[in-house]
Amino acid sequence: MVYELLNEHGLCAYYTLNARPGTAQRVPVRQHKFAFLDEAPIHRQLIQYEDEQQAHVTFYIPNIHCSSCLWLLENLHKVNPGVQQVNVNFSKKEARVIFMPQQTTLRKVVETLAGIGYEPYISLQDLQKKKPPVNRRILYQLGVAGFCFANIMLLSFPEYFSGENHMDGTMGLVFRYLNLALSLPVFFFSAQPFYASAWKGLKHGFLNIDVPIVLAIVVTFVRSVTDVLTGAGAGYFDSMTGIVLFMLTGRVLQDKTYKGLSFDRDYTSYFPIAVTVIKEQQEVPVQLPDVKTGDTLLIHHQELVPADGILVKGKALIDYSFVTGESAPVTRQMGEIIYAGGRQLEGNMEILTIKEVAQSYLTSLWNRDEMQHKEQQASFIHLLGRNFTWIVLFIAAVTTIYWGIYDTSKIWPAVTSILIVACPCALLLAASFTNGHTLRILSRHRLYLRNAQAIETLAATTHIVFDKTGTLTGKAQSATTWHGRALTVEEQLAIGAVSGQSQHPASRAVMAVCSKPANAEVLRFTEDTGQGLQGWARQMHIQLGSAAYTGAKEGIGSQVHVNINGDYAGYFLLSHTYREGINEMLHALPYPLTLLSGDHDGDAPLLRNMMGQQADLRFRQQPHQKLDHIIALQQQGKQVLMIGDGLNDAGALKQSNTGISLTENSNNFIPASDGIMEASQLRRLPAFIRFCQSGKRVILISFAISVLYNITGLFFAVQGKLSPLTAAILMPASSISIVLLTWALSEWAGNRLLGDDSHHRP
Amino acid sequence: MSVIILLLGASLIVALFFLFAFIWSVKDGQYEDDFSPAHRMLFDDKTDNE
Repeated sequence: MVYELLNEHGLCAYYTLNARPGTAQRVPVRQHKFAFLDEAPIHRQLIQYEDEQQAHVTFYIPNIHCSSCLWLLENLHKVNPGVQQVNVNFSKKEARVIFMPQQTTLRKVVETLAGIGYEPYISLQDLQKKKPPVNRRILYQLGVAGFCFANIMLLSFPEYFSGENHMDGTMGLVFRYLNLALSLPVFFFSAQPFYASAWKGLKHGFLNIDVPIVLAIVVTFVRSVTDVLTGAGAGYFDSMTGIVLFMLTGRVLQDKTYKGLSFDRDYTSYFPIAVTVIKEQQEVPVQLPDVKTGDTLLIHHQELVPADGILVKGKALIDYSFVTGESAPVTRQMGEIIYAGGRQLEGNMEILTIKEVAQSYLTSLWNRDEMQHKEQQASFIHLLGRNFTWIVLFIAAVTTIYWGIYDTSKIWPAVTSILIVACPCALLLAASFTNGHTLRILSRHRLYLRNAQAIETLAATTHIVFDKTGTLTGKAQSATTWHGRALTVEEQLAIGAVSGQSQHPASRAVMAVCSKPANAEVLRFTEDTGQGLQGWARQMHIQLGSAAYTGAKEGIGSQVHVNINGDYAGYFLLSHTYREGINEMLHALPYPLTLLSGDHDGDAPLLRNMMGQQADLRFRQQPHQKLDHIIALQQQGKQVLMIGDGLNDAGALKQSNTGISLTENSNNFIPASDGIMEASQLRRLPAFIRFCQSGKRVILISFAISVLYNITGLFFAVQGKLSPLTAAILMPASSISIVLLTWALSEWAGNRLLGDDSHHRP
Repeated sequence: MSVIILLLGASLIVALFFLFAFIWSVKDGQYEDDFSPAHRMLFDDKTDNE
C-alpha cells in the first residue's frame, strides 16, 4: 500500500534510502475512524492556528523511527496536494503539518497519514491540556556563564603571573573592573537555579546542599567586589563564575529528559478523543467528555470501551488484560456490565453508558487520594552536604576566635576565604555528573529513568513486587501444548471443529493449535458453561473440558482434557510464556519478592518454583488491592520497587518508591512511573540495581577526593593567605578531576555490571 | 599600552557575537531535535530537479 502510493507519486527513491524502511504491513484503517475530526469542537481544539490560507496542527506519531520516515512524512505534499509543509521533530516523534483548509480537511490529512502507515495518536489528553512550553532558560544561563567565565579567565591571567606589583596601574584597574562587570550576569542571572532551590529548601525548613553553595557564591562575590572597590586585590571572580558554570553543566546533564517518552500519562492518554454515539439511528462522533449517562455508544472491533456501560447489542469478547491483568478475554452477555478500559475483540457492539467517563471505575482509580502525592525523600547528598556545612562553619568560627585574639585585621580575609574554599561544590558536581552518567548508561541499556532521584530510590530497594501478566509473561499469546497419546490428523481436525464452536478463550487456544477444518460441521453440539463442551464431528464424539467434566485426573495449571469416543486421549496445557531469563533473574534477586497478579492462580506452582518459598504470591488482585498492598509494605518500612505494565498496575506503580513500567515498544501505552524499561531487559534487573548502588559509591569516592582539595585550600585560607591564584588553580583542578573521575568510574561500573550489550537508539 | 585595551574591547565584541549566536540558536530550537536536520539535508529532492 505504501509502495503503491509512493510509486504513484514518483517517490520511489524512498526505498533506496534505507534497507529496512517502514514497519511492515499495517492493519487497514476503518473507514469512518476519523469522522470525529470533522466535528467543529474537536477540530477547533486540535488546530493550533488557522486562517483562510493555511492551518497548523501538530500530531504525535509514534511510528516515526528512521530517516525514511522523516523523508516520507516531509514529502506528504506530494501524496496529498492540500498539504503545504510537514516538519518532523524526530526526537519528540511529532510532525507539524501546515495544510490548506480550502483544498483538504483535517480528517483527510489524518487519513492520508494513516494510509501510509503513520497514524497520528490522538487521545483525550490532547483535548484537555496544552503542553507546557519548552524551558530553555537553563541553556541561556549556561551560555552566559560560559561566556563570562572564559573572558574573566582571560582577563585574570595577567594578574596571576604579575606577582606583586608588576601590573601597570591603570591597566590592572581596567582589567579588574571588567571582571567585576562580567561577573554580574553570572551572579544575578546564571546562578538563579541555585538561589531558587536553596530558597525552596529553607522555606520547607530543610538545609539542602544548595544552601551552602549559595552561601559560598554570595560570600565570594561580596568579598571580590569589596577587594576590587577598595583596591585590595583582584577578587575571586574567576573561581565564582567557574564553579557556577561547572555546576550548571552538571545540572543540564542530570536533567536530560527523554523527549520521546512520557512518564506522566494518566487515563486521558489511553482513551480515544471521540466515540461514536448512536442518536436516532444515526452514528454521530462525540467528544469523550461530552458523553452522557444513557447514551448508546457504538464500540468498533478493537476499540477501547471508554465508559462503564451495559451491553445492549452485539457480542462482547472483552480483553481486560490492561485493566485487571487477567490474561484471557471474557465473554459478556447482553445486559451485563462492561467496565471502561476493556478492549472489544469481536466485531462491533453497542453499549448503554451508565456512568460518565470521569466517574468510571477505571478513572476513579486515578483520582484516589493516596496516588496524588508521593513523599519525596531527601537525597543522601543533602544530608552529607549538611554535615559538611556544619564542619565548615565550625572551622570558620574557630578561625574567627583565633584571629580575634592575635590580629583582628585578618578576620575578614580568613573567614571569607574559608567559606570560598570550602564550598561543597565538588560534592554537588560529583553527584550531578555521576547521576547524569548513570542515567545515560542506563538508557544505553534501555532502562529510562525519570530523574536522578529514581537512581537513588532504585538503589535503596529492599522489596520487589512484580505483576504477572505482561511483566513476567510476555504479551504474546499463551503457549498451548498437547500432552497425551498421539492424535491422528482426522482427530485433530475434529477437535478443531468442535472447539471452533465455542467462544471460550480456552477453546480458542485449542482451536488455534488444531486448526479449524474447512468442513467444520458439528452435530449435536452442547456447551456447559464453565465445564466443557461436546459434539460429533467427522464421525467422532469429542468431549473437551475440565477434569470433572471429562472424568480425568485434576492436574496443574489450565488444562483442557479431551475424550474421543468416550476414551481419554490426553489434555492441552495452556501456559503463559514467561519472558526469557526470568527464572534466573528471579533467583538472582537478593530481595524478598511479592507477586501481585490480577490473573487466576493457574500458574501458582510454577511461579512458586521460580520465585522461591518465601515469596508472597497473590492472585486475583484488583487494582486497588495492589495499591493497598504496596501501602502496607511501605508501612512496614520497606522500600518498594514495583514492576508492572498495564493500567491495572498504574496505582501501585505510582505509590511504590520506585515504579518501573515495562514496554515492548516504547511507543506504547505506559502508565505513569519513575522509569520505563524495555521488556527484553527485565532479566537484567539485578545488574541494574547493583549499578545504581555503585553510583552512590562513585559519588562518595569523588567526595572524599574533593575533601582533600578542600583541606589543601583550607590550609591557606585559615592563615588568611588564599591568593586568587591558589583559588584559580584549586577550583578548576578539583572540578575537572571530579568530572573526569565520575565519568571514568561510572563507565567502568557500567561495563563491569551491565556489559557491552548496548546500542544507541536515536 | 592602550593598544591592549583596544584589543580587549575587540575580543569582547567578538565573544559577545558568539554569545548572541548561541542564544539565537537556542531560541531557534536548534537543540530541540538533533536528528532530523542532519538527515533532512541528505535527501535529494529528485522530482523537483528532473
